[in-house]
Amino acid sequence: MTSKLTITLLALGAAAAPLAAQTKITGAGSTFSNILYTDWMQTYNKAHPDVQFNYQSIGSGGGIRQFSDKTVDFGASDAPMSDSAMAAIGNNVLHIPTEMGGVPPTYNLPGVEQQLKFTGPVLADIYLGTITKWNDARIVADNPGVKLPDMDIVVVHRSDGSGTSFIFTDYLTKVSPEWASKVGKGTAVNWPVGLGAKGSEGVSATVKQTPGAIGYVELGYALVNHLPVGAVKNKAGKFVAASIASVTAAAAGAMKAMGPNTDFRVSITDPDGADAYPISSFTWMLVHKNYDDAAKAKAIIQYTWWGLTQGQSRCGELGYAPIPKALQPWLEARLKSITADGHPVWSGPAGR
Amino acid sequence: MVRETAPGRLSRAMSTTLPQTMSPAAAESVAPVSTSSAAPRPHRRHYGDRVYRGLLTALALSLPLLMLAIVAQLLVSSWPAIRKFGFSFIWTSVWNPVTDTYGAAPMIFGTLVSSLLALLMAVPLSLGVAIFLTEFAPRWIRQPVAFLVELLAAIPSVVYGLWGIYVLIPLLRDYVAPPIRAVLGWTPFFNGVFYGNSMLAGGIILAIMIVPYISAISREVLLAVPATQREAALGLGATRWEAVWGAVLPYGRAGVIGAVMLGLGRALGETMAVTMVIGNRHDIALSFFQPGYTMAAAIANEFTEAQSRMYLSALFEVGLVLFVVTVAVNALARLLVWRVARGTAVGSKAL
Repeated sequence: MTSKLTITLLALGAAAAPLAAQTKITGAGSTFSNILYTDWMQTYNKAHPDVQFNYQSIGSGGGIRQFSDKTVDFGASDAPMSDSAMAAIGNNVLHIPTEMGGVPPTYNLPGVEQQLKFTGPVLADIYLGTITKWNDARIVADNPGVKLPDMDIVVVHRSDGSGTSFIFTDYLTKVSPEWASKVGKGTAVNWPVGLGAKGSEGVSATVKQTPGAIGYVELGYALVNHLPVGAVKNKAGKFVAASIASVTAAAAGAMKAMGPNTDFRVSITDPDGADAYPISSFTWMLVHKNYDDAAKAKAIIQYTWWGLTQGQSRCGELGYAPIPKALQPWLEARLKSITADGHPVWSGPAGR
Repeated sequence: MVRETAPGRLSRAMSTTLPQTMSPAAAESVAPVSTSSAAPRPHRRHYGDRVYRGLLTALALSLPLLMLAIVAQLLVSSWPAIRKFGFSFIWTSVWNPVTDTYGAAPMIFGTLVSSLLALLMAVPLSLGVAIFLTEFAPRWIRQPVAFLVELLAAIPSVVYGLWGIYVLIPLLRDYVAPPIRAVLGWTPFFNGVFYGNSMLAGGIILAIMIVPYISAISREVLLAVPATQREAALGLGATRWEAVWGAVLPYGRAGVIGAVMLGLGRALGETMAVTMVIGNRHDIALSFFQPGYTMAAAIANEFTEAQSRMYLSALFEVGLVLFVVTVAVNALARLLVWRVARGTAVGSKAL
């Protein structure tokens, strides 16, 4: 009996030995990026079985906390870390944009088949409670030929803190001085009016069930669920609907403002560019500037570079917008600057 | 030959070794057993009993200690917010994460109002179910209906929320709110436009969720009332209703009040179903047609994304306030049950 037990344990130990050579990378954070990151990790692991991943989609706030505590190797966030949060960890963080998100407004107007057009100030006034009816003169002026009913606007926003809210309020802060002074931007704000719903699922369910409602959701969510979305006027004066292409165009339009030494903690809402969708944003992967373990740092960098190049082809079908290819040289430089114990870890994609 | 069972052996051992004056209760303690013959076995049992008792004491103490640990954690984590806002946290309404100013008054108000509204609707319904099942229902229907009512408790909270969004709210908006507005729209409780997500929807969902708890316990309590009570009332000429209301229910009132308090405790802490239908608005409004917020819903919604230290601390303080409110309600319930039970026999036994 005892010898059988010993043999079983030895066999298990022998089987476990090859597993010890694996690298385990842990990450936590954004729920928005969850679908894409999970897909990336599965695909990368198939090609590189020696690298295993674990990603917990606990929300951007939790991701930043765990990344700062070094509980996980990388974080994921829809909003960039604040200066004080970065100073608290000695600025040992790099923001790497991995994909882009857009936030279209969605609405429920029975009897209106056409796509509605909104301008930034109109959206801000709707969410401030200044515009209360669908047939308000300003909405009618932006939508010639559309018969708008005399209905109350039921405003719906997110009740949970979320990167989608951050992008939306960031845009409203830029286009409306009243919003900037009264409310401001953040993952959670003091909404002047409206119902709060939990998650994009909650917002879209509430909007669908309430005639006369308006809300905002993630682009991927709107695409997958075929929600009616409105077009928003961009800085160039064109009414653009959110789509994979128009969101990527927003980053391309903002590149001039960024410059090659950017730390990517930029807001790209309301950018230049004729076809840019104004309510767009990066979402970031947070990596340390300096790691303790060189082998793990190299594995993380190689995976990140894979995601920034080959992984971008997965974005479209999962409802995310890829980052512009023009950003790749800057990102490569940023990844090359990562060190472990003072020595650079990665010399670029050719020297693997 | 009759096999000797362990209890039989023990009682024989006790009766032969114990002095006759010692009561059986005192025989619990280990010492008397060891005064039997000088065999080593009683000494081992003595040691084993000590270990056993120590283990049980440790397990029993672990739960209050866990509760104390939770309170300690809540206090420590909410300390920055307590220091910054003091008592004004409880009566301020502004909840602004951008300027880091927090006041929990709407959430406290919403928790209490939604729970009381739920009680107002659930208590008559559950008592009615309990009385029907114990007094008036034909025998063959009692078990199935009781089973179905108790099955309501098994439905997950999230499923209730989904049902609320897709079934209850459209129903309320289209068929229930307009007549109420027409009749009672002038009162402060029912004025304003009804958009669906509201305190009323939250109260109704909570009422449905707590009905099984109140009705199951009330049913047990009413079943425990001796038949003589009812028969005496009927014998004195009371109608069926008068017998129940005047003789059976007062006899079990302590238990029924305990059941109601249990339901209230459940309603205070309910999170998912409430947050999906209540509108999640940091506002105090008298009207049940307006959206509101509860403490549990706020924590569930905002905790994962809270980034600044003060925000997290404020949410912990909301958790602390919820804890205090729940403990206070439970303490009041205990007090109420104790006072009411002084006149009855069933109430104190059933609890």
